This record gives sequence, C-alpha cells and structure tokens, in this order.
Amino acid sequence: MKRPDKTKAGIILLISGWFLLFGVIPLLLLVITSFLTMDPADLVKLSFTLKAYSQLFIEPGYIIIFIRSVKLALTTTLLCLVLGYPFAWYTAQMAPKWRTSTLILLMIPFWTNSLVRTYAMRMVLGAHGILNKALLGLGLIHTPLRIMYTDYAVLAGLFYLMLPFMVLPLYATIEKLDFHLVEAARDLGAGAVSSFTKVIFPLTLPGIMAGCVMVFVPTMGLYYVASLLGGARQLLVGNLIQQQFLNARNWPLGSATSIILIIFMAVMLIGYGLLLRRFSQKRE
Amino acid sequence: MESVLSIGGLGKSFSGQPVLQDFNLNVKTSEFITLLGPSGCGKTTLLRIIAGFDRPDTGTILLDGKDLLSLPAEKRKVNTVFQSYALFPHLTVFNNVAFGLKIKKIKNRELQTRVMQALEQVKMKEFAQRYPHQLSGGQQQRVAMARAIVNRPRILLLDEPLSALDARLRRAMQMELKKLQREIGISFIFVTHDQEEALSMSDRILVMQEGRIAQLGTPRQVYEEPENLYVARFIGDINFFPGEISKTVDAGQVEVTIFGRQIKAQTERQFQPGDKVVLLLRPEDLRLYEQPPKDIKTFAGTIVERSYRGSTLDTLVRLDDGLLLTTCEFFDEDDPDFDYNVGQRVYITWVKGWEVVLPDEAS
Repeated sequence: MKRPDKTKAGIILLISGWFLLFGVIPLLLLVITSFLTMDPADLVKLSFTLKAYSQLFIEPGYIIIFIRSVKLALTTTLLCLVLGYPFAWYTAQMAPKWRTSTLILLMIPFWTNSLVRTYAMRMVLGAHGILNKALLGLGLIHTPLRIMYTDYAVLAGLFYLMLPFMVLPLYATIEKLDFHLVEAARDLGAGAVSSFTKVIFPLTLPGIMAGCVMVFVPTMGLYYVASLLGGARQLLVGNLIQQQFLNARNWPLGSATSIILIIFMAVMLIGYGLLLRRFSQKRE
Repeated sequence: MESVLSIGGLGKSFSGQPVLQDFNLNVKTSEFITLLGPSGCGKTTLLRIIAGFDRPDTGTILLDGKDLLSLPAEKRKVNTVFQSYALFPHLTVFNNVAFGLKIKKIKNRELQTRVMQALEQVKMKEFAQRYPHQLSGGQQQRVAMARAIVNRPRILLLDEPLSALDARLRRAMQMELKKLQREIGISFIFVTHDQEEALSMSDRILVMQEGRIAQLGTPRQVYEEPENLYVARFIGDINFFPGEISKTVDAGQVEVTIFGRQIKAQTERQFQPGDKVVLLLRPEDLRLYEQPPKDIKTFAGTIVERSYRGSTLDTLVRLDDGLLLTTCEFFDEDDPDFDYNVGQRVYITWVKGWEVVLPDEAS
C-alpha cells in the first residue's frame, strides 16, 4: 500500500506546483501590480497607491463599460439558453445515431480557432457578406443591412462562439431526465406549459445553471469579438484591460480591472456552487 | 353492469410490426381486469393508448360513451400508475399527490383534505413531507397509487406496478391493492406477466397473445376451462394427453383413445370421430395409486422425481407410454408420512369430468 500513497503524493505535489506556478504566482503579481504607481518609463514604480481602483470606481466611463459588458454577457447567455434549450431537448429525443452526429456537428467548429471563426463572422455579416447577399437575392431587402459594427453583430458573434457551452451541459441533464416523469405530468392533467414549468424546468435546472455559468463567465472576458465585429465603439471590460496593458501602458489600471473582473466572476461561481448544493441537498 | 370503457377494433403497429390487432374489450364499472401475457404481447401498448401516450392506427375507444381518442392525455379521466412509479424527485410526497389537484386549481382546503385522505388510504400519511428518494420501493409504490387515485379517475391503469418489489412485499401489496380497489370502486386495468398475481386479484383476466385476445374470462374460467393450448400453457402447470376421438356420445361426452386405451371424457365442444385432440389435466387433478385399482382405467408409470413443498407433495412421473407428467397432491391428515421413492411404480388416473378436451392445434 506504500506505492499508491507515494504516487498519490507525487500527483498532488505536481498539481499543486503547477497551480502555484501558473495560477497563484501570476495572480499575486497581478494583485501587486494593481496597487503600484504607473510610470511611463519603467511601466511601474514600486510605490503603493490606490489610484487605479479609485479611478475605476470614480470615473463613470469605466463603470459604463463594466455595465455594458455585464448586459452583453447576460443577453448572450439568455440568447444561448432560449435557443440552446430546444436544440438540446430535440437532440436528446433523437435516435442515438442521429444524436451523436448532431453533437459532432455542433462540436466541429470548436476545432477551429475562435479568432478565425470571428473573422469568418465578418464575411457573413458584412455589407457584402453572405447574409446580405442571400436576403437581397431573395428580394426580402433592397439595400444591404448594416449589421457589422453594431451591438447585434457582437451579440451574433458571441452567441455563435458560446452556444456549444450552453448546449452540452443542457444536453447532459436532459438526456438523463426520466421521460416517464413527463408522461406522468401529462397523465395528471398538466398541459405542455405546466409540464415544462412544474417538471421539466426544475429537473433540468442544474444543467441550465451550469450552461449559464459556462457562457456568462467567458463572455465577460472575451474582447476580440467586440473589437472585430463591434469596432472601436463597443468597448467591453476585456477591451479595456487589453488597451491598458498594450496601448495606454497603464499596467496598474489594467491589473485593477482584471482583479475586479475576477472577483465578480468568483462571486458568481460561489453563488452557483451554493445554489447547486441547496438543490442537491433537497434530493439526497 | 354498465361498461365504463369500450374498446373496438383497435389496431397498432410499430414499423410494420403489428402489436395490437382488432382488439375489442368492454370494462365494467368497478371491475378489476388484468391484462396477462408475456413481454411483447402488446399489453403495455394497449395501456399507453388508453392513457393517451400512443395513438392507435385503427379502432375506437369510448369512455362513458364519449370518444376518448380525440382527447390529449392530460384531458382524459384516466390515470396511470407507472412501472417505475415516476414520482417527481423534486417534490415531497404531499406535493407529488397534490400535483394533479393543483393543475385543476382545487382550492387549498379541499386539496389538503383530499391529499391527506388519499395518503391515508395507502397508509402513507406520516410520510407526507418526505422526498421520494427517502422512501422504500413499497412506499414509493403506495405514493404512486395515492397520486393517481386522488384525481378520482374513471379508470386506473397499472403497468406492472408490483414487479419491482420482492416476493413477500409483493404478496402483501396484492392484497392491499385489491382491498383499495374495492373501497374506492374505480375500474382497474392491471398489466402483469405474473399469472399468480392475475389469478388472485382479478375479476376478469384477459390473456393476450401477440396483440390478440387469447381468452377473456374469470380467473376460474381461465384456469379451469382454457379455450386454447396457449392459455392452458401460460396459466399454471398443466399436463397434455394426446388422443384421438373414437366415438361421440350424447350429452357432451366423447370417447377418446389415449395410448390405445378408450377413455370417456366430458366436453361441451363438438368433435368428429378421428379428430386429433389433447386432454388437459392440472397436476392437482391427477390421482396416484401405489397398487393398480380395480375397475378403473389407469396409466402406469414410474416416479422420476419427488419434491416436498410443505403443504403438497409434487412428483414427476414418466408413463410407460413415454409421457412425462407433473402431479401435485395435498398431504392427507390420516397419512402424514405419505411419500414416494424415486423409481417407484405408480398408477395414474384423474377425477372424472375434470379433464378439458381441446383440438390439437399442431395437426
């Protein structure tokens, strides 16, 4: 029994080391940087200040960017949920062989870099893009729609990138749902709407919550979709961080923004964890 | 008695495979009717069609004289007890039972009374605030019953509700289910593949064979007067004596040649001399003698195996003519030591008039 213990200790050490090196230390550096003073010559000066944070909380521009990011991430999450739920539902009802092919079709775009796919979205949404050409060809519109560089373009791009993150957890829960329960609900007089609200929705709630977290959290940090499809006008938290580090060379402000974003997401994840625990406690 | 449910000419196939064919049935008020058959005989499909989960290809179903098939499942005054119980895992026992009443927007006070009354009927009142996973299989079964009967359906459909329980609990639940059915007076359509369960609970048994009715009758009729070899074979143990009609006598009597012996047999059926027939005899109808009795025609044989069953002694006898018979004798108070040795010679006959004569389907 000694050997497995040794192996176990080794694995734990390896993971802890990896986590320390690539997780904890960079995060600490980020925290430290956020409290330092900006210096145009040497990037940062080693003197403590709360300037970056006060800037973030006092200047309304930053708060507006943050609120806009939350709104966009929420809208994306909601869109993914509303369109992804039926998709996951019908996929789970399919015959097994169709199920697999549908899920593979959903996953295939994953194998391409998401930046490349965002560029591809420009080809679709642009003034001379596929979408406009199709609509013009069908005679549904007479002048090309201006989609690129609007909130809709950003939303479309985010939706396209994030949909699988919503569908997969939903599919996993729906597939496990005992369909007899739906029949039982109907047997007891529940129509389609009550069957959904009283049985299907509460029983698939863990999947819904998981999907929402998996879409919302990364969406908050995605910046290239907004800059490629939304142009310079649609600044998000991600863009702000990128600009502070690369253009404005204000590392303390960039770090402080990152810390705030991390705290915000951590609170969300903890909330999700608590909800999930309450949910499973009720059933165990 | 009036019929609650009338099924006429029902047919259903799945991808070209017929599951129900020209199926007719009338269920009377307060009747306990059992659909009995092996898996795949169409009994569950029939239940699902009545409940509204499957649509038949042909035929009609009337509930209290009104068309049922045009209604969706949620509008039918029919409730189901599922084989897996299908209790809602996120709801307490109380809320599971209240589910149907809440949908119907029953006022809180009446809802409380009716739910608690239903839970009382299945002896689950103390468990109202538990969740299904905190209950045993038998308790879940009771909750499933309560959840169905609280809606006061015209017909209760039960899809092998006892199959997940162990033998002892099963027997106890059979008694309770039957008692409950008598008390609430709802017609039950009960699906099972367990013939003992069917015999002990039902008012009528419907034996199904490949989507058709093999026989419909009281448990006694089905057991004692099977209408065909399928039913005879499916319900209980039975012995088949192959024979040929040698003479038809008046008043429902025929003479049959079995292994070269002329035997008189009772039957209501019409036969012609020369017809190939089978004489059916239950193990308990056979009589064994250790010495050949006088004045009675017997079949001689040898004991192949004996097994003690507590109240009965079951034996396997190989006739000299080659036929293997199972017999079942009750212990006699006057002779508590009675037993056979393997290899012992015995002489077999049966109680006159207890035989059933059926045409041999193989010929």
